[in-house]
Amino acid sequence: MPIGPSPFLRGLALSLFALFVPMSARSQENPYFVTYDHYLEEPGNLEIEYFSTFGTQHGGNDFHSFWTEFEYGATAWWTTEFSLDGQTTFNDSTLFTGFRWENRFRPLKHEHFINPVLYVEYAKLNGADRVMKEIEGHDVAFDNGEPNSLLRQETKHELEFKLILSSTYKGWNFAENTIAAKNLSNAPWEFGYALGANRPLSLKASPKRCSLCPQNFVAGVEMYGGLGDRHSFGLKDTSHYLAPVAAWNLPSGWTLRVSPGFGLNDNSHGFLLRWGLSYEISGFGEMVGHLFGRGR
Amino acid sequence: MKASLAGLCISATLVAWSALARQDGATSRKAAKPSVYGEIEKAPEKARAKRNPFEQDADAVPAGKNLFEQHCAECHGVAALGGKKGPSLWVAEIQSASPGAIFWILTNGVVRRGMPVWSKLPEPQRWQLVTYIKSLGVVPSETADYTPKKP
Repeated sequence: MPIGPSPFLRGLALSLFALFVPMSARSQENPYFVTYDHYLEEPGNLEIEYFSTFGTQHGGNDFHSFWTEFEYGATAWWTTEFSLDGQTTFNDSTLFTGFRWENRFRPLKHEHFINPVLYVEYAKLNGADRVMKEIEGHDVAFDNGEPNSLLRQETKHELEFKLILSSTYKGWNFAENTIAAKNLSNAPWEFGYALGANRPLSLKASPKRCSLCPQNFVAGVEMYGGLGDRHSFGLKDTSHYLAPVAAWNLPSGWTLRVSPGFGLNDNSHGFLLRWGLSYEISGFGEMVGHLFGRGR
Repeated sequence: MKASLAGLCISATLVAWSALARQDGATSRKAAKPSVYGEIEKAPEKARAKRNPFEQDADAVPAGKNLFEQHCAECHGVAALGGKKGPSLWVAEIQSASPGAIFWILTNGVVRRGMPVWSKLPEPQRWQLVTYIKSLGVVPSETADYTPKKP
């Protein structure tokens, strides 16, 4: 019986290969941090993303939250993504706050004026999670004011659904996300929203390969917030943010995003500074297939 | 406990669905073997009639080539002769198609066969791509029996 490398060694080899072999795909990434548009990951590609948020805290310590995402294009109509969250509260502690597994499905074959995408997420997070990938229900800045040792004691299992509607018109992308989330313990449905618009600085590509060409820069704005819950739906008693966003898509496959965000009411954090770095590995699915003997 | 079970059930459903979707895809590919280029014939008349605004633009071919290398070469091969996931573009089916039909395919993708939509590229960039693709010409196709592989 032939003896091959163990799955662990294969996994390790794959990780090293993915890290050091420059098999990047240079797709046009949007600059959003919270809003989703209708574009899915290209099939077989893996995008590794790191995001970071610095936030100010009323009556408490400021914080730095961070998350890492692994986004994979399972098919041209299904993207699946796994992410790990953590945070540091200044003068307090650093901790892992949970994970999320999200899936986006494109139900329609062709492009339309408005393109829907369905989003389903399962998340296991503790109360200290502050990545604020979305605002739901009555999320307010005050919730984050307690010490991490107290906040981490609460664990929530959550299912989240989004209806993503997105249009592209004359180079502009307009996206609208409606969010419905259910903590699987006995809690009411909570709602939220995210809106975004962005456009590349130039619609025409340059005939030369360049990193600083205007077509590689995308700028826009996003707005997001809560909509209360099943018992008290609306814009009151929750937080809202407005954030200019920008992305730089480098021809080498890296994308850099940055976004200063501003709280729009007293329930919001005053200021959020977000940035992110991502890298897309093309043909990742095929590489995994080869390592595990598919296609031999 | 309940929540973990629910999470497990959802994962299992999605994995099973993925397997079924892939099987369905494989079956439909077998059934629809005749031509991977058939999709281009589905372009509506209005889309076919669109004129390429970059037809006479000398910069459009090098710009389109750059865009092709960045976004399309991964599937169609660097020289556009066909790769593991995408067919050759040096064939009569593509070269005799109207620029508008190629633009329509780029915009809409062939989602069920694995080609993503490329409307995320602004319209002028998609036309620059069309200009490059139309500049390739026709070579005797060795990829006529090309069958796309699963991603």
